[in-house]
Parts: sequence; C-alpha cells; structure tokens
Amino acid sequence: MREVLSHSLPTTIVFLLIAGVLMLAFGGYLGVVSDWASGAMVRAQTWLATRYTAVQDFLAAPRDVAALRQRNAELEAEVAALRAQLIELSERASQVEVLASLVNYSRARPESRYIAADVIGRDPSPFLHYVIINRGSNDGLRRGMPVITDQGLVGRIDAVIADAARVQLITDPRSAINVQLQRSDIQAMLVGSETGTLTLEMIPQDAPVEIGELILTSGLGGNYPANLVVGHVINIRKREADLFQQASVQAAVDFSRLSIVLVITNFRPVEIAPLIPTRTP
Amino acid sequence: MRNLVAFPILLLAVIVQSAVISRIPLLSGFADLPLVLVTAWALQPRVTTAWHWALLAGALTAFMSGLPVGVPIAGFLLAAGLAQAFRRRVWQAPLLAMLIVIFLASMLYYSLSFLVLSLFGASLSLSTSFSQIVLPGVLLNLFLAVTVFWFVRDLALWVYPTEEEV
Repeated sequence: MREVLSHSLPTTIVFLLIAGVLMLAFGGYLGVVSDWASGAMVRAQTWLATRYTAVQDFLAAPRDVAALRQRNAELEAEVAALRAQLIELSERASQVEVLASLVNYSRARPESRYIAADVIGRDPSPFLHYVIINRGSNDGLRRGMPVITDQGLVGRIDAVIADAARVQLITDPRSAINVQLQRSDIQAMLVGSETGTLTLEMIPQDAPVEIGELILTSGLGGNYPANLVVGHVINIRKREADLFQQASVQAAVDFSRLSIVLVITNFRPVEIAPLIPTRTP
Repeated sequence: MRNLVAFPILLLAVIVQSAVISRIPLLSGFADLPLVLVTAWALQPRVTTAWHWALLAGALTAFMSGLPVGVPIAGFLLAAGLAQAFRRRVWQAPLLAMLIVIFLASMLYYSLSFLVLSLFGASLSLSTSFSQIVLPGVLLNLFLAVTVFWFVRDLALWVYPTEEEV
C-alpha cells in the first residue's frame, strides 16, 4: 500500500498542478502568460506550415501541372466536340424551322402538289442568277415548273437531269414575269438584273402605284400560276418624258439565304410560241 | 496516265466553284476557280495538255451554268491560248506572268459572257456589270491565282517529272 502511494503521489501532484494551471488559464487569471504562449505557438506553427506547404508544392507541382494539362486538353476536346454538336443541332433546328414553314405553306394551299429540294449550288457565272437543287427528273421534275418558298416566288426550273435541276431565279437578268399589284390591280412586268435587283416595268403613267404595295404573279403568259407573292414596291420612278413608270421591288424571298425550296409539280407552263404570229413572205 | 488527273481536279474545281465560291461574293462578282486553274496549268513549262484542260473545264462549266454552251468553252480556250502565248515570252517570271494572264483572261472571259448574254436578250448594264461584277471578279481571281499557282506548279512537276527525277 505504502509502495503504491509512493508511486502515485507525485503523479497525482503533477496532475493537480496542471489541472490548477489550466483552470486558472480558463478562468482568465493567466491571460498575459497564455497570450504570450499561444502567440508563440501560433507563430511557430504558421512558420512551419508555410515551409511545409512550400516544400509540398515544390515536390507535388510537376505532377499536378502534367495532370492539369492533360485534364485541360481533355476539357478542350470536349468543348470542341460540344461546339460542333451545337452547330450541327442549330443547323438542324433551322432546317426543321424552314421545313415546318414550308409544310404549313403547302397545307394552306392543298390545290398544288409540292416536292421539297435542297439548294446545293449556284451558277458558276456571276452574270447569272441560277441555283442548283438536288431533285431531278427521277423525282418527277420537269422544265418550267415554278419554285417557291413559304415567303414567295423563287423562280422556275430551267434545266433538269436525273437527280438535279437548275432553277432560274426571278432576279436573273433574263427573267421577265407578268405580275399584278395587289391593291391597284395593275398589270406590269418584273425583270431581274445582273446585280440581283428587281425592277417593275411597263406600269402605265397614270397608274396609282404606292410604296409598300404587294406584288403577285398575274398568271399571264402561262409561265407561272397566278397569285404567288413576289415582293413589294420600295421605290417609284416617274418621269413625264417616259411612256411608263418604273418601280424598284424588294423580293419577298431572301435569295442569299436560300437553302430549301418547294417545286410545284402539278403546274405545267403553257407553250404559247405557236400562237405568236410569224412573218409570212 | 498521270494526265488523267485533270478529270478529278477539274470536276472538283467546278463543284467547289458552284457550291462554295459562288456563295462568297464581293459586290456581285466572285472568283472563278476553273478559269484560274486552266490558266495556271497552261502557263506551266512542259505542259502539253493545256487545250484538253481548257476544253474539259469549259464543258463542265457549261454543263452546270446557265450560260450558252459555247461561252465557257470558248472563254477557257482563249484563256489557255493567252497563257501559252505568254509562257513563251515571260518565262523568267512565272508568277508575274500568271497575274498578268489571269487579269487578261478574266477580262476576256467576262467580256465574252457579257457580249453573248446581251445578244441573247439579258438586261445587262455595261457600267454596272463592269463595276459590280467584272472588277471584283478580276480582283478575287488575282488573289486566288497566287494560291493556285503553287498548287499547279507542284502538280505539273508530278505529271511531267524532270529528267533528273526520272
């Protein structure tokens, strides 16, 4: 018993002393001393932690840079793939949008039969305004069939091969279409030009043409069906010395962004050449 | 046999012309890749098939274009003839000869197109055609000529290897 007490007594005293000091510290009686001690400890720990972090960074950095570079390359590849996907999807979305409007247009006019075609090229000559579409005689297309979009008249088929056709746009310098002004019901002729501008010619001098007036095909001459939207008047030139007025026309169709068109397949142009009188000797 | 490379190259050139280059206008004009190719080919020394290239490119262009059939064929043959005439005279500065011939050949081809289309009843204005189509087209052809020249020079070396290479 005495032996046990002789061993445990100093330990107990040390414990009691430490507990007493801690209680004094918690009680705020050792503020200056504890502040000094804790401050020194924090500074020492900060110094050590800073050095350790620096050493750790130095040792680990090369591995991290390599890993980061690899990860960066992977992410860049992923971003590129997603961008390509986004472009493809937006292209599809715009195609669906165009197709939906074309379907709506054809549903609204059930009297005509349509074939949709993609525009795959333009005329190699800058003087002419033709487009090439990816449907041909195998799909029932014939020369002279009108070509439209939901916005209005595009032109008509000029030449056909088995799987493609060439379409003469209404802006072509050799194009001349008989049209009528919707409000005033005046007949006139719409001609294209080398730069793609449209001009309304043969308007009688006394005809009351207004800016903004809608222009439709008249059906005269048998080359186009009647009442297809062509464009609207944007400028009128009227001079006293001239026999007729002229007007500049804004086409309803944006020809620079032509991608999908509709061909009216149940319209056959009328061949009026035999009816034109020829000079007899 | 290597001369048969004309078929895929000119076919590709006409397709690229119709599908891509025709959609990149400057004002209302655009470059003419088949014309530049034919002219560059005719300018190469040792080339003996310049007329074949011109005829083939003219026929392919005529097939795709709304121009009267004779216009591209005659225009390309004239360009090849012009290039061959220059090849004999300005042989020491091939790139300079190329630029001069492209300028003259483009002017010739566009003038022929304008003339024939006017005769066929197209409503073309001389001043508008010149400022909006011909000048921008010639300028773009000159730009295109520099790139095409190096390609055609390498192609000519492949089709007609020099004696050391043989």
